[in-house]
Amino acid sequence: MSAINPLNRSMTTDFDSRNMDWYIDKFVQFIVFVAGISAIIFIIGIFIFITMEGFGFLLEDFSFREFFLSPFWEPSDEDAPEYGILALVAGTASVTGLAMVVAIPFSLGAAIFIGEFASGKLREYLKVLVELLAAIPSVVWGFIGLSIMNPLIIDLFDVPVGLNVLNAGIILGLMAAPIMTSIAEDALKAVPDRYREAAEALGATRWQVIFKTVLPAAKNGLLGAVLLGVGRGFGETMAVLMATGHAVNIPGSLFDPVRALTATIAAELGETAVGSPHYQALFTIGIFLFIITFIINLTADLIVRGIRKG
Amino acid sequence: MFAESALNVRNKRVQNLFRILFLMMTVLLIIPVVIILATLIAKGGSIISIDFLFTDPTNGMTAGGIFPALLGTVWIVAVALLASVPLGVAAAIYLNEYAGDNWFTRIIQLAIINLAGVPSIVHALFGVGAFVIFFGFGTSILAASLTLAIMTLPVVIVSTRESLRAVPQAFREACWNMGATRWQTIRRVVLPNAVSGILTGVILEVSRTTGETAPIMFTGAAFFLPFLPQGVFDQTMALSLHLFVVATQVPGVPDNLAFGVALVLIAMVLLMNSISIAFRMYLRGKKKW
Repeated sequence: MSAINPLNRSMTTDFDSRNMDWYIDKFVQFIVFVAGISAIIFIIGIFIFITMEGFGFLLEDFSFREFFLSPFWEPSDEDAPEYGILALVAGTASVTGLAMVVAIPFSLGAAIFIGEFASGKLREYLKVLVELLAAIPSVVWGFIGLSIMNPLIIDLFDVPVGLNVLNAGIILGLMAAPIMTSIAEDALKAVPDRYREAAEALGATRWQVIFKTVLPAAKNGLLGAVLLGVGRGFGETMAVLMATGHAVNIPGSLFDPVRALTATIAAELGETAVGSPHYQALFTIGIFLFIITFIINLTADLIVRGIRKG
Repeated sequence: MFAESALNVRNKRVQNLFRILFLMMTVLLIIPVVIILATLIAKGGSIISIDFLFTDPTNGMTAGGIFPALLGTVWIVAVALLASVPLGVAAAIYLNEYAGDNWFTRIIQLAIINLAGVPSIVHALFGVGAFVIFFGFGTSILAASLTLAIMTLPVVIVSTRESLRAVPQAFREACWNMGATRWQTIRRVVLPNAVSGILTGVILEVSRTTGETAPIMFTGAAFFLPFLPQGVFDQTMALSLHLFVVATQVPGVPDNLAFGVALVLIAMVLLMNSISIAFRMYLRGKKKW
């Protein structure tokens, strides 16, 4: 990254600078390089270790058809355990889907307000507020779903139990919205000011500038924000464990309880014997989750970076 | 002056309409959280006291305080920091001071982004597979902390890199011209100028680590323990898991106790985030270059 390389002086033949400092420098360079690639090592490590633990299941009990197409998750059935994740995928998808319905309009609206309308102190305050909202731990959100949303839904809709798709979807939407807001706001900020100035010079009003110029230019970044929100929803554990009702079920309405992929692992891992088929099946779900979120994050990153280059 | 045309008036009206619409969306995003916070305070505020923070739970966790959970969280966070801060800072030094702008650096960045995006429960599975079983740490503070350290590593790397980047290139060049090596430059010039920025990132990481639940459930945190941890190979209770336990696993927990635990947890997290944000703003105002 630098234009001047301080080590170049050792090029002069009669001046050998390989003293103690030089060796220390090389040593440190090696150390920070190892730290630098640690993220790669950990990503690969995560994949290897969860695959190792789930491998036995993949080799023996795993059937592609049953795993992905059976709606029955009955791993503790003594005679004929079934390992179908269809209902779990449906649970995760329905909750994440509803969360996006809640979060997308609000987070994009808030991002537009913060990025394009608010100015000075107000913008600063709103940004801080959004950052604080994003920091609320997921177990607290789960608790809110359990103890505040649950009675509220029972009262409002006259249903027997308030732990369902609706509850978890709203909770997850509120959770994802702040993060999506700040990423979307970054995307709006990345649109050069000269675009806005050019549009204004042509006589466009502020909202015309936003809708005809800024939003189309920031399209990819905004899409990235939504994708990261989806990734977050897919991977969220504690909140969906506590707010969904945790019943294996393909939901027919907003008021049906469901169970998510992540929550299944969280609820059952503690009760299974290490190395049992059930234990390995949970790790196989982990592999599935890892691959899905990996693809989502990678896509989001490629979309966002794609526009930055252009 | 020109008289305002009908078009102009209409445009202004539409603009105001949109302004209000977006303001409403922002407010609607914030209002539920305000209500939730108010409810937490209203229902849990009454139980918070010095006694609540510093006594043990009694009656099968349906009464008493949260001290073991609070202390356990401090243990877990401290050990996680010991692992992730040196590693994260070193990684950021590599990325900002050594790495070139090439495909290899790009892959590292992708790995960091993906590490931050891996679901917390998958990190938990990794912690079980790697630290609890493979390295033989058992369910212990060490295993839980290392799991969390890897999970929050991106927070440290990104914020440290940000503050290293803010140190002007001219500082480095001046130092190199004096004949200093790269490492001498980093140690004596770059890091001292970036240390407060790094600190804000560390505080942020503390906050993240405090709130995480899923990664520690199976790696080192226990539902209930009658004793306090004596070292990193012991299990411990933790505040985040304690909230989960009193909310879902124990029958007959009085409402205000569960709300109280939630309130303490959220207060700790928000307090640390606020400190980090305030510190960042103070630094931005103070910046000399």
